[in-house]
Amino acid sequence: MEKKKTVVATASLAGCFGCHMSILDIDERILSLIDLVEFHRSPITDIKHFTEYCDIGIIEGSCCNSENVQVLREFRRHCRVLVSLGECAIMGGVPAMRNGIPVRECIEEAYLNGPSVKGHNPEMVLPNDPELPMLLDRVYPCHEIVKVDHFLPGCPPRADLIYDTLAALITGGELHLPYETVKYD
Amino acid sequence: MKSTFPESPGDLEFGEIAFQDTMIKSVSGIIERYGRDPSRLMDILIDTQAEFGYIPRPVVSFIARDLTISAVDIEQTLSFYHFFATRPSGRYTVYLNDSVIANMMGREEVARTFEREAGCRFGDVSADGLIGLFSTSCIGMSDQEPAALINGRVFTQLTPFRVKEIVRDLKSGKRLDEAMVEGLGDGANALPEIRSMVRNNIRKKGPILADGYRPGDALKKVVKMRPEEVIAEVKLSNIRGRGGAGFPTGMKWEICRNARSEQKYIFCNADEGEPGTFKDRVILTEYPKMLMEGMAVAGYAVGATQGILYVRYEYMYLREHLEKVIEGGRKKNYLGTNICGKEGFEFDIRIQFGAGAYVCGEESALIESAEGKRGEPRDRPPFPVESGYHGRPTIVNNVETLCSIVKIVNNGATWYRSMGTKESSGTKVLSISGDCKYPGVYEIEWGFSVNDVLEMVGAADVQAVQVGGPSGTLIGPNEFGRTLSYTDLSTGGSIIVFGRERDLLKDVVLNFLDFFIAESCGSCSTCRNVPVLLRQKLLKVLDARGVPRDIDEMLDWSKVLKASRCGLGLTAANPVVSSIRNFRPLYDRKIQHGKDYDSSFDMLAAVRASCDAVGRVPTLMADGGGAA
Repeated sequence: MEKKKTVVATASLAGCFGCHMSILDIDERILSLIDLVEFHRSPITDIKHFTEYCDIGIIEGSCCNSENVQVLREFRRHCRVLVSLGECAIMGGVPAMRNGIPVRECIEEAYLNGPSVKGHNPEMVLPNDPELPMLLDRVYPCHEIVKVDHFLPGCPPRADLIYDTLAALITGGELHLPYETVKYD
Repeated sequence: MKSTFPESPGDLEFGEIAFQDTMIKSVSGIIERYGRDPSRLMDILIDTQAEFGYIPRPVVSFIARDLTISAVDIEQTLSFYHFFATRPSGRYTVYLNDSVIANMMGREEVARTFEREAGCRFGDVSADGLIGLFSTSCIGMSDQEPAALINGRVFTQLTPFRVKEIVRDLKSGKRLDEAMVEGLGDGANALPEIRSMVRNNIRKKGPILADGYRPGDALKKVVKMRPEEVIAEVKLSNIRGRGGAGFPTGMKWEICRNARSEQKYIFCNADEGEPGTFKDRVILTEYPKMLMEGMAVAGYAVGATQGILYVRYEYMYLREHLEKVIEGGRKKNYLGTNICGKEGFEFDIRIQFGAGAYVCGEESALIESAEGKRGEPRDRPPFPVESGYHGRPTIVNNVETLCSIVKIVNNGATWYRSMGTKESSGTKVLSISGDCKYPGVYEIEWGFSVNDVLEMVGAADVQAVQVGGPSGTLIGPNEFGRTLSYTDLSTGGSIIVFGRERDLLKDVVLNFLDFFIAESCGSCSTCRNVPVLLRQKLLKVLDARGVPRDIDEMLDWSKVLKASRCGLGLTAANPVVSSIRNFRPLYDRKIQHGKDYDSSFDMLAAVRASCDAVGRVPTLMADGGGAA
């Protein structure tokens, strides 16, 4: 009987999808990866809801709104191991540049005062449909919302780092981290 | 990061002011006074602020044009220092000390009374523009807290009742010195050139704080010696820097002596900003002649002709006093040319005031500041002894070190070494404050145990002692047998006693972290960020949301600070590390055991502001998540 494959789920929260691009950047090694893993909930499969307990959850991006928080919490509930992938997930990254500016000011800049909207919103409409996610007061790194087991730094993390980490997690082998893969200056 | 002090008027939002001819005239006069020298920018800004109460933007542009430097160069100096204001900060500007001791002695009630009486919150100016209320780091009055600076005058031992009187007096148009009805302090504090209510509280005298000091004796003796012999005597005395770092003074002098340069400088570091330290203030008040004689001896030994006494802004009330002493020294030929009849021995002193920045106590930051720049520590090497003020070899010595030198010259190195311990010779002047009967200044020989000190100051039922200020160590009763010395408990002089009833984490460690966060120059990312992260963790622990892993992370993250450039960053985690090491049960009592993670994230609180902004009611799901 065929050995059960490792089940991996991924999500992109407040990020740019660059980390997911870096996952694809493992090139032809993705073929050997496919032998080992099966993707469940992920933008790669377009599966939207968990239907089983997964082995590894990979999170790109930080939490800037209520939906991000909810997705992240679902991942924590459904994944044995959770990995923060890239600067946004680990530290907030570029989205966190708004931290320190009151959220009201951000909203007004985006919908009323910004150069591309000024004068084009005469009724001063601010998006408040109950269907929309609610903005958080600041952008939170993932580990401030749920427990995160591993952190892969980089913007984006190198494909080699991602591949080696997944391989180590799946096979239970040791992860070699050459200085070059985690050095950023 | 000075501009981010929560209640500073120093952020770069300039007040509007019409620039008039009369202003041009007075600013021109100030710039002339300092020889149109851009490196005297600190003095120019301090005098400008004294003139207008703050530094208006048009004045910045004017100074920039006149000195032919960029306005940004001025703005970066201006924004760095806590006491520079760029908008009106009240005809009377109150800076109330926010140190741990001020808080222990009832600052909160005093602050609320100020707010009620003045009619404005801290960080703001009253509607009539009369009174501005601001917080500041330790102002060197820890033995007479709560204390405040009002337009540079010191008001000590404030009570709600006194605050009511003071504000009432200011509102009725009384002058500041009329508002100081409490009377004048002891000793030189009562001199007409000081007229301050500050008290010296000298409780125990030793060789430095001794009576019967005769100015000039040491100078008359050294002019008969060769400079090398003076340095040899200092080396033999084994004296080490009294500011806290403990570098051997004789070695510092020798390196500077051997550095080749036609100009060298002697700096006296009187920027004591370590919360809980105030002994240099007492020396500046009572023994300024001894200090200046020590500077002249140093000048003779290393071959420097110019001395600079760098004094923290908080001691501006001593300016006239210090200037008078310098003038007196010149008249007696202890300063000037051919000093004490020695052909070619030339030395003079000028005073450089800071403008509120703890980090300027670090010697290279102090030099940067004296050159008119932001007080950011330099990369070392080269060390100041080789390349310091204006790139010339420079000695920076603490006030107390220079005074000790005078006594070493007078009485000999052997006499000096007969006091203290083998590795720590001589005496140490301590500033002792907190929960004790007799706070004040004590001169003791090195080698006293903490128990000896506590007995001396009348402290009973002591929970903890902070040795060496926030950058030092917090120890408990099981370590009170340890001795004060460079080899055991090293200290620049600050000793703070905490009684049984104090909440060490909330009242002490948190306050110290706030201090380091406010005072970081912001240059190293470690020092700029890690103390903020430690503070968040500590608040989580205090909020009973902490888990054991939070404590481990605090210790791990603290190690990162060792990558900082100067002593501030290197020691900024000490309050956390030493309190975890020595008072672990205080943490253990507050954290949740058996839990390995707690988010402390509150969705409802986090979405409230954005929902308010767009006019929407938060819709939470059963799991606490938001509408998807």
